[in-house]
Amino acid sequence: MNNLVILPILLPLLTGILMFFIPRQIRLQQAMAVAGALITLGTSLLIVSSISDNGIQILNMGGWEAPFGITLVADMLAGLLVTTASIVTLVCLLYAFYATNQEQKKFYVYPLIMILLCGVNGSFLTGDIFNLFVFFEVMLISSYALISLGGGKIQLRETIKYVVTNIISSMLFVIAIAYLYSITGTLNMAHLSERVALAGQDGLITTVSLLFLIVFGLKAALLLFFWLPGSYSAPPAAIAALFAALLTKVGIYAIMRMFTLIFYHQSELTHTILVWMSALTMVLGAVGAIAYSDIRRILAYNVIVSVGFIVFGVAVASEAALSGSVFYLIHDMLAKALIFILGGAIISIAGTDKLREIPGLIRFRPTLGWLFFLSVLALAGVPPLSGFVGKVMILQGGVDQRYYVMAAVGILTSLLVMYSAMKIFINSFWGETLLSEGEEKSSGKGYLLPGSILAALLIGLGLGAEPMMEYVGQAVEVMLNPTLYIEAVLP
Amino acid sequence: MKFTDVILQTSTKILVFIILTFSIYVMFAGHNNPGGGFIGGLITASALILLYIAFDVKTVHEIIPIDFKLIGAAGVLISLLTGIGSLALGYPFLSQAFAYRDLPLFGKTELATAVIFDLGVYMAVVGTTMTIILSIGEDE
Repeated sequence: MNNLVILPILLPLLTGILMFFIPRQIRLQQAMAVAGALITLGTSLLIVSSISDNGIQILNMGGWEAPFGITLVADMLAGLLVTTASIVTLVCLLYAFYATNQEQKKFYVYPLIMILLCGVNGSFLTGDIFNLFVFFEVMLISSYALISLGGGKIQLRETIKYVVTNIISSMLFVIAIAYLYSITGTLNMAHLSERVALAGQDGLITTVSLLFLIVFGLKAALLLFFWLPGSYSAPPAAIAALFAALLTKVGIYAIMRMFTLIFYHQSELTHTILVWMSALTMVLGAVGAIAYSDIRRILAYNVIVSVGFIVFGVAVASEAALSGSVFYLIHDMLAKALIFILGGAIISIAGTDKLREIPGLIRFRPTLGWLFFLSVLALAGVPPLSGFVGKVMILQGGVDQRYYVMAAVGILTSLLVMYSAMKIFINSFWGETLLSEGEEKSSGKGYLLPGSILAALLIGLGLGAEPMMEYVGQAVEVMLNPTLYIEAVLP
Repeated sequence: MKFTDVILQTSTKILVFIILTFSIYVMFAGHNNPGGGFIGGLITASALILLYIAFDVKTVHEIIPIDFKLIGAAGVLISLLTGIGSLALGYPFLSQAFAYRDLPLFGKTELATAVIFDLGVYMAVVGTTMTIILSIGEDE
């Protein structure tokens, strides 16, 4: 028992709820939100260090032993992702102080962000599949509210699409859980893993696993990404950055967990489907990224490409590929937050997101330009930055397992991603400056602090890849050996 | 449109008390028997909605001048705090305890911390349900 495990869920929820009592004191709310996110980050670092010293940490809530009660399980994968999610939320909060208007601030934007973090952290930490559904809903319901902020025509249209898509996938999620429960008689993930292994993963269970794949494919934008480009271009930049960095990643985490812990017996079927889905996601995402010429859409399609890339590593399922996936997942959460924040800053300065209408900003905002350039390199995976390590390991794993074509697709789409992001850089920063000082639509301030924090983290993660790989190694060890997870939960 | 319906209004005045009493009974029964804060909260909300239907939003709001959003938030806060209580005492999160005490008037009574948690759930459900229904109803 370790009560530390509940804190990354409890603290954001508590700060979020307390803020409901002071809807008008925006300053106080901001201070509380930053304090809450910082303390959450602190506790998640403590959790990571205790996992690294003493192995997987569990908490049986209310003292009910697994598999009867709900168990929170913090293994290294969950610990690392919780830490990254806390960092990203903190940074997006800092940007949201500037990038949301007064109207949105009054409509509970900070409490909603904190409750979103509660849902994300809960999804990472829970060891109970129905509880996973509950935390998904906590996360989704606050995202429904966040996406509709502003209440314009675009927000309304995209919110309806987003809500309908997610309600359908949540419904499928419950149905899949019900099937699984009726077959195995348990909801605890460790117990599920044990029972599926004992009974053998027959056709019925494999079918249920494919239903889960559809559900998480919708949530993670794996192949079923039709809702994503529209939804992610509706909310304000700070919120879009938060969504891009966190929401689809929770879906990826769920795929990682389900297909390494529970449904790993029929990998020639399930993992082949995963490989194809990820390859198609990469190709279609890259086509979208180069086809459009407005910043929001290009960035949204970049989210999709990286989802495909990470899941490719999960599907290959060798040690190298999984390490690459975990590392790239952490990198991608930081990098997507950075590029969405900087993209938002460009849009707010130029007042438009059409690339052709944005004049050369480099003389005007050199720091923004070079930060953006850095984030493009990070996204493409240029060596000293963190994207490189993850990409190399995933591709290495893919080539080792003879997925030559898919690995080639991975490299090709990486290049296309770089092209699409570089297109934003060239179009908005090069060329003659048409704007003069004082003529910009808004100062676009506020990107500097969050942008530099994230850029520093990306460089640090790239240079410190060696010590970082130790932690990633611990995460992958559990993914390759489900017995470690089972023994921790069911002693 | 002025909405008056003598039969509905008269029976509502009596029914609301019956429903509210039942909802409180259900809430207190919750930790041992079928019932609980969630269903109790829904029953209370249904009593309040009956009031809103029989009379109108303005009248009821003058009688019960409460911001239901705050009730909901306070409820979640209470539930969280009972969890944090067990955390502070070094037990797993959300652990509960109970004891039998001789109370005046009630005699030997079971006192359980689960009731406080349920009270939080009850308030959260009443607050949320009423906020949703009122915000839909107000737009007309």
